[in-house]
Amino acid sequence: MFAPGASVRVKDDWPETRGPVHIRTPHYLRGMPGTVVRQLGAYPNPEDLAFARPAATRALYHVRFDQPAVWQEGRAGDELLVEIYEHWLVAQ
Amino acid sequence: MKILETDGEKLLAAVRDLLAAKGLVSNAEIAERIAITDAANPGQGARMVAKAWTDPAYRALMLEDGTKAAEELGIPMRGAPPLGVLENTAEVHHLVVCTLCSCYPRAVLGYPPFWFKSAAYRARAVRDPRGLIAEWGTVLPEGVKIRVVDSTADYRWMVLPRRPAGTEGWSEERLATIVREGDMIGVTIPVPPAP
Repeated sequence: MFAPGASVRVKDDWPETRGPVHIRTPHYLRGMPGTVVRQLGAYPNPEDLAFARPAATRALYHVRFDQPAVWQEGRAGDELLVEIYEHWLVAQ
Repeated sequence: MKILETDGEKLLAAVRDLLAAKGLVSNAEIAERIAITDAANPGQGARMVAKAWTDPAYRALMLEDGTKAAEELGIPMRGAPPLGVLENTAEVHHLVVCTLCSCYPRAVLGYPPFWFKSAAYRARAVRDPRGLIAEWGTVLPEGVKIRVVDSTADYRWMVLPRRPAGTEGWSEERLATIVREGDMIGVTIPVPPAP
């Protein structure tokens, strides 16, 4: 579980390279540092739901990212706010 | 015959009949869902925005729980994903995108505009949001940051725009007429009425 304000990093993992998947974590955020804003509840893991497999309930977080840091361009202070499942986040 | 070569209408009818035969969903329930989906339109979101502009308690409810706020205005939300509302302020402007597919708050805004699903919109919204909204003529005042909300999972998001100056004393009904689809996605901001 992550508290609001927690520093996290999105896993630099690419399950797409290992077989058929349904992933809700955008490519451009893999490996990126961010900050937990709040938890948005918990839902059955869509990665399993999509294949009609038993789906464990996972916490979903709203995570803020520094937008220029992600792209190496843009306006200082601009942000990205993205829903990321707990199993994609590691504490920084 | 392969399923991809099957006539779509016949395939749909067969699936509907199968669902009914198994007692999973009746044809009447499917018809009801289609009617609700077709009836949803940006006017519903606009009513919510106008009420939030005139009623502080409703604004607080809308920011706390968008689904409850929509239901309070009679908008059917049963079966819809949870609705989150993003409030624009003097410091931050929100822009909504779904880079992975086309997640959209259909219950309150109806079908998404065609460009919302385009690869160009989805790519540019996260990489060059200021350049993107400039194509709608939207330029943010100095000092306002952009927060791009990428709708990737179980929530759906709509923007609560700022009430434009020049609308003092307007009724909720009149305010709702100036709130556009793009204002609730964040590509535009409500236009002040001509003096």
